[in-house]
Amino acid sequence: MHNTTPPTGAATAQARGALQIKDAVKSFGANRAVDGVSFVAEASKITGLIGPNGAGKTTLFNAIAGEGPIDSGSITLDGTRIDELKPHRVFSNGLARTFQIPRPFGKMSVLENVMLVPERQAGEKFWNSWLRPGLVARQERENLEKARSIIEFCGLTPVERQLAGAISGGQQKLVELARALMADPKIILLDEPGAGVNPALLDTIVDRIVALNKQGITFLIIEHNMDLVMSLCDRIVVMATGQVIAEGDAATIIADTRVVDAYLGGAHA
Amino acid sequence: MTGFAAYLVFFLIIALTYSIVVMGLNLQWGFTGLFNAGVVGFFAVGAYGTAVLIGPERAGAIGGFGLPFPIGVLGGAALAALAALIVGLATLRLREEYLAIATFGIAISIQLIALNFEALTGGAMGLISLPRPMLDVFSSPAHYNLFYLGVVAILALVVYLALERAVTSPWGRVLKAVREDETAARSLGKNPVLIRLQSFVLGCTLIGFAGGLYVGFIGYVSPLDFLPILTFQIWAMLIVGGSGNNRGAIAGAIGVWGLWTMSGLLISQVLPVQFQSQGGAIQVILIGLLIVLTLLFRPRGLIGERETVSKHAGPR
Repeated sequence: MHNTTPPTGAATAQARGALQIKDAVKSFGANRAVDGVSFVAEASKITGLIGPNGAGKTTLFNAIAGEGPIDSGSITLDGTRIDELKPHRVFSNGLARTFQIPRPFGKMSVLENVMLVPERQAGEKFWNSWLRPGLVARQERENLEKARSIIEFCGLTPVERQLAGAISGGQQKLVELARALMADPKIILLDEPGAGVNPALLDTIVDRIVALNKQGITFLIIEHNMDLVMSLCDRIVVMATGQVIAEGDAATIIADTRVVDAYLGGAHA
Repeated sequence: MTGFAAYLVFFLIIALTYSIVVMGLNLQWGFTGLFNAGVVGFFAVGAYGTAVLIGPERAGAIGGFGLPFPIGVLGGAALAALAALIVGLATLRLREEYLAIATFGIAISIQLIALNFEALTGGAMGLISLPRPMLDVFSSPAHYNLFYLGVVAILALVVYLALERAVTSPWGRVLKAVREDETAARSLGKNPVLIRLQSFVLGCTLIGFAGGLYVGFIGYVSPLDFLPILTFQIWAMLIVGGSGNNRGAIAGAIGVWGLWTMSGLLISQVLPVQFQSQGGAIQVILIGLLIVLTLLFRPRGLIGERETVSKHAGPR
């Protein structure tokens, strides 16, 4: 079996990765896709973001990650405003994300996909490959070791040399998780980690999320699989038509008639 | 030297000069996915830049600094880099088709400037009698050509080795990531605009550098050397040789230039005199056919992109 100890250097003692969203608005023309959303993803907790299709979850996700910034309101990560930052700067602040439809670098190996991630690699400056090859090689060896242990943790060792475009969709989701972990993030945003993943692989994914969370990494997860959400999340935020309509723990959400209304379009009596 | 050997030397000088251009384009397209449709423009900037820097003084003209050739060719490359920086800053934030249109337009503009800005470029006549580096050291033109072939071959090798280092480094990994999926690269902390700008400027610097080498060899520049067809030929070399592989780029330069010159020779031999002026069109058709056949039957080119893992990961 896999090594199940998370290899990241995340601090266990102090809670970090608190994401606060306040009065966030994002419009596309006349359509307010995100319409005054406020909630907190608490540090070192797993928060679920659910809601029917078109509720604005992915739009909000993208805005948090810096892709299509909000029109008004604020987003802060551990007290630092991140809503005006470009995606790569948001990432530098400790926020990593995955995509609803996986976005692997298809013509690069799984290993390369993961080794790409660490910031400030000396070898990312092209002149260093000519002027300081020793430094670049040393960092590469360290980088490789870390990438290998994360790949093992994610159960991808058998495919590490394959092109990321040639492995299964579920494995590609794990590649995205592995890439996120490579940066030692404070918070990871997962967009439908369970969609289109076979049950065995889903168990692996859930198992890894729990293990990482125990290490203190905060998660914000969009997911349609209710069993998954209810069992995994400490707290659940429900969105419908761009607004938060309910939030609380699993029991509260299940009991909330507004949630059922939102999913069934108000058809139930 | 026999006629054939002398011709072979001449052929290889041009082919290897172009191989540097193709490696520059390969960095942009093969590794970064940047569609540079104005290769010839940056080649011309390097060539004219070198010519102005090394050329003799002319009455009433700008330039003619009479600088040593190495300074001239590096200056030409620097001018090409500067041109690329300006074009890149203006266009690299936009999507790829905009870069293609912008670079194509700029190449045309550069050729028109070469044709019309007589004080700087000599206009339609071009700049002639440029000094050829170390010409007086050699007893015969054949020996000189052999020497120049050595210089160009060594420089092409140096460019090849330097690029291989760079594209197999973490920098090369970021280039490929930006090529594969810019959004994902951005989400992982990489700045695609900066990376594209670096790749574009570095590629154009090599293209301009090759322009200077070309001028050093033929000893003059004229606008007729920088027609859009050259961009097409360079692209053909990259596609046929294998985009994303520097050996493919070199093989493509030699192969396609070989086909071009041989077809030209053949056409001049077999075509009746009254059709000779149309012969050039047949060459272009042949290159087009070669591209289509490559894309149909061997889309990765002669030597395609290597699947890399990490050069530190060890053997399988």
